[in-house]
Amino acid sequence: MVNCRMFSTIGLFAVVVSVLVMPPVPPSLHSQSAVPKQSGDSQNGNNGDWWVSHDKWNTPLPDKSVYKDKKPAPAPPRDLSGTWDGLAEGGTQAKGPKEFPDDASHKPDPPYSALGKAARMRNKAGEGEEQVAVGDVNDPVDSCDPLGFPRSDLFSLKAMAIVQAPNYVLWLNQYYNVYRTIWTDGRELPKNPVPRYYGYSVGHWEDDYTFVVETVGMDERTWLDNVGRPHSSDLRVVERLHRPSRDILELTVTIDDPKMYTKPWVASNKLTLHLLPADFDMGEMICSPSEMSEYKKLVADPVAGDSK
Amino acid sequence: MTNKVAIISLLAVGFLLASAPMSAHHGNAGYDFTATVTVKGTVTDWIWSNPHCFLKFDAKDEKGDVAHWIVEASNPPDMLHAGWSASTFKAGDEVTVDVMPTKNGKHVGRIRRVILSDGKVLGGGGRYVL
Repeated sequence: MVNCRMFSTIGLFAVVVSVLVMPPVPPSLHSQSAVPKQSGDSQNGNNGDWWVSHDKWNTPLPDKSVYKDKKPAPAPPRDLSGTWDGLAEGGTQAKGPKEFPDDASHKPDPPYSALGKAARMRNKAGEGEEQVAVGDVNDPVDSCDPLGFPRSDLFSLKAMAIVQAPNYVLWLNQYYNVYRTIWTDGRELPKNPVPRYYGYSVGHWEDDYTFVVETVGMDERTWLDNVGRPHSSDLRVVERLHRPSRDILELTVTIDDPKMYTKPWVASNKLTLHLLPADFDMGEMICSPSEMSEYKKLVADPVAGDSK
Repeated sequence: MTNKVAIISLLAVGFLLASAPMSAHHGNAGYDFTATVTVKGTVTDWIWSNPHCFLKFDAKDEKGDVAHWIVEASNPPDMLHAGWSASTFKAGDEVTVDVMPTKNGKHVGRIRRVILSDGKVLGGGGRYVL
């Protein structure tokens, strides 16, 4: 479908590119304001009424401008309940966690051990600086295998909900329809657990506004993030959930895996989540093997295939 | 595409959108990030599902033959966030699609932007390339 006009347009485009000198988009350009507003955005807060007039079913996450003028209010003590928006402040993390992206900024890698580096190279991602051809990607989520923890924090953290019960805290993750149980009944972490995809979590209040979660026993078949960073079943993850005010939650995630990394590293440093309205309905993001298969047949394979 | 300012701003937007991250479902390697192809056609189907929504439409090429196009967007919650919905398209709608083409030249691609039959413009409003 490329015709002569397209070639001259592409030539003009080459000039534009050299003038713009654009690297792959740095994080600051991922905000809504960097993309020209289209008419389809009108339901997402441009008129300031979003808090009142949002859809009650499959509620779309709003344009982050809706949070701009929200009056701060004190956080309730020892309470993380609510539905939270991770998308607005960069929860997507397609090229890796916020503190350690794998993009053209060429920030330092996580502190791989030799084993960790080798494991990293065995994970062939479709995204990031080491991305491979479509046919070579071996990301487990491409066949709807479990996302696992902490990838549910370090990739595609969009909407999530926290429910507090007397003995546990439930984290309900929109992406991949994940739930995590964080036990608060005082039990100890298991000593030699049989690994499972979302591990074993306990939590406690460090102070009235900081909830600390420790997780062990994660199955090593999952990736740590979307660009194939590895982890072993020796991994221990510490999450700090700090609520400085009613509408803000700050998530910090520390990775401690002595097999794969020479020292602990902070993958997410106070990633901000915004409190959503109490009637926000999280739309489904379920990995369906049959839908994935249909998509691969109709879209992904034709995109990839030419040298078969 | 006769107005130079329009062309530059369209391509600048297209380039910005092209630099936005995609999910891991299939990888980026097959796409030509720097190119935009504009195709006019008639919708045959709009699939609103995971992992990515995709639009099927038929376009006539220069010879008058019908080309069956499939162009993809992102997942339903992302598309809702960007102002699209399951009812944005129906079979028979006339659309103009700015496509990020594949390197192999097949009639598949990513939607950078679409102009609906009523003139409404839908483009990238979220994190993903459209």
